[in-house]
Amino acid sequence: MRNPSVETQGLPARGAHAADEPLLAVDNLHVEFHTRQGVAHAVNGVSYSLNAGETLAVLGESGSGKSVTAQAIMGILDMPPARIPAGEIRFHGTDLLKLSDKDRSQIRGQRIAMVFQDALSALNPVFTVGWQIAEMFRVHRGMSRGDARKKAVELMDRVRIPGAKQRIDDYPHQFSGGMRQRIMIAMSIALDPEVLIADEPTTALDVTVQAQIMELLAELRQESNMGLILITHDLGVVADVADKIAVMYGGRIVENAPVHDLYRNPGHPYTKGLLESIPRVDLKGQELYAIKGMPPNLLEMPSGCAFHPRCPYRRDECATAVPPLYSISGTRSSACHYWREVFDGGSR
Amino acid sequence: MGRYAIRRLLQAIPVLVGTTFLIFVIVYALPGDPIAALGGDRRLDPAYVAVLREQFHLNDPLLLRYWYYVRGVFSGDFGTTYRGVPVTQIFQGKFGVTFQLAMTALIMEAVIGLGLGLLAALRRGRWEDQAVLGFTLFLVSIPPLVMGFVLQLWLGVKLKLNTGLDIFPVAGNAEGLRSYLLPGFVLACTSIAYLTRLTRTSLVEVLRADYIRTAVAKGMSRRRVLGRHALRNSLIPLITYLGADLGSLMGGAVITETIFNLPGIGQQLFNSVYLRENTVVVGIVTVLVLVYILANLVVDMLYAVLDPRIRYE
Ligand SMILES: Nc1ncnc2c1ncn2[C@@H]1O[C@H](COP(=O)(O)OP(=O)(O)OP(=O)(O)O)[C@@H](O)[C@H]1O
Ligand SMILES: [Mg+2]
Repeated sequence: MRNPSVETQGLPARGAHAADEPLLAVDNLHVEFHTRQGVAHAVNGVSYSLNAGETLAVLGESGSGKSVTAQAIMGILDMPPARIPAGEIRFHGTDLLKLSDKDRSQIRGQRIAMVFQDALSALNPVFTVGWQIAEMFRVHRGMSRGDARKKAVELMDRVRIPGAKQRIDDYPHQFSGGMRQRIMIAMSIALDPEVLIADEPTTALDVTVQAQIMELLAELRQESNMGLILITHDLGVVADVADKIAVMYGGRIVENAPVHDLYRNPGHPYTKGLLESIPRVDLKGQELYAIKGMPPNLLEMPSGCAFHPRCPYRRDECATAVPPLYSISGTRSSACHYWREVFDGGSR
Repeated sequence: MGRYAIRRLLQAIPVLVGTTFLIFVIVYALPGDPIAALGGDRRLDPAYVAVLREQFHLNDPLLLRYWYYVRGVFSGDFGTTYRGVPVTQIFQGKFGVTFQLAMTALIMEAVIGLGLGLLAALRRGRWEDQAVLGFTLFLVSIPPLVMGFVLQLWLGVKLKLNTGLDIFPVAGNAEGLRSYLLPGFVLACTSIAYLTRLTRTSLVEVLRADYIRTAVAKGMSRRRVLGRHALRNSLIPLITYLGADLGSLMGGAVITETIFNLPGIGQQLFNSVYLRENTVVVGIVTVLVLVYILANLVVDMLYAVLDPRIRYE
């Protein structure tokens, strides 16, 4: 049930789609951190978009700015040290960055929600899980203690926590890792958000549990037609659940593509390297490919294309000209001057 | 929890025995003869001295004397002074005064320390934070003796002379609660500074925790994030410190009570050490150790209430 009472003037109504506008669109987003060592350019012009019911996987190595982008969408960056010098985050066509704090807080947690990586540290250790889930209903919907509690049990059932009724008064540390992540998910979907951002929701879990959590997320997304942003650096996880992929490198999107197109035919040298570094059964015994070199230093980004020092396709131009996001087709784009070469499977 | 409390109390017995024995040894190792001190400048009749020494077991070995003492304490008998007054009678009313002083100090410490620490944490890096840091440095660097006399002069005497406002009595405890304000503050100074720093650190650390970020992401207001999600977590180390500090404050009352002429146990301790009233000294220390142990027990219990990850079996 969508509750219309929380909608404020100036905010888009739930489900009311502006024509030609995706549910969520990040457009040329820049985020920098002002630190003692200087200005760290964590996000340098990220653009991606998400439609209702769609799953977007955001992929990239550690430090590439995946989480910072997500936190910017949520509006939970600490400013300072963070600053957003440019860019738009449009939700139903409304730029969230231009909203007042009050309007923004109507969206945070209620219409755009987030699941964090390590549920043990992301849940408050001194409150019961029931309390933490019920808080969403009590604070945002003004429900009574008893009603909110009933809702919490329902949610725990929905994310398939066995014996929800008995376990509602337990504390986070009394659950296993997988169950804790389910609680985190229950809490985030409590108010039926339109967008759910899951930031490496399975990294802290073992493989079988990882699969179950991914399955749960996919199922919930389908049931309620949410848009799901799945942040990960595990290409293997992505193939089964995602519709499209945004690959990040050095705070930029280097490639946007539907998931199967990308696997079949990567359009950026970095993506190609990533794909080749996945262990494959049919190539067992062969040495695994690894992208050479180090991730970029955000305080001193390389000139031109940030990937050029590590790129097997590089030319002189790459060190001077920042590649724009070239449109390859209606659904694909690549930030490589020589994407055609990569595309044709040209040799390294 | 009940079982745990009993076990902790039983564990306290060796601690109590150990500390009292230590103080027993130290007190009796002090130079000077307690019986000789009874006579002041006069020399006492040797026969009389012999009787007294016998009566107070002063000729027995230390261990045996300690045994007599412990046996007495467990039956509620703290012995008598060398002048024949029961030690429990000397205690009368004095622990109450000291307890009231220590509680006043503790409350001031909690209110000022937590308040300033909170302010510093929330305004981290800004002038308020710097000002609080400066104030705490000031508090710890002034010796209690100086602080006591200065406040006595300014707030106790000059304020009254210049404005006619008689808020802070200079000495004694005739004015009830008001009498404890100045000495309470002087006693609390160092602790206030320490608790302020501790509160700031604890809160800053908690505010950095992942679950705080979660609370913000849930759309909770800043006020709710602070008051509900951060507060209880940051209180855990602070409660420990506060509880342990009650014992220290009672022990630290010696100087303060002397400055402000409060008829408490600290002043008594000071006088008794001076007069070589060993039974009184050991008795006071025994009770102080007991208070300390009980305060710590209460803290441990509170701990379990605040932090569900801790369970006592
Ligand atoms: N509060 C901050 N102050 C300074 N720099 C920050 C801050 N938060 C993030 N960064 C920097 O921004 C960059 C991007 O971080 P981000 O967390 O988005 O990476 P990520 O892609 O999520 O990596 P991971 O896979 O490790 O989670 C990192 O280099 C990080 O050091
Ligand atoms: Mg991250």
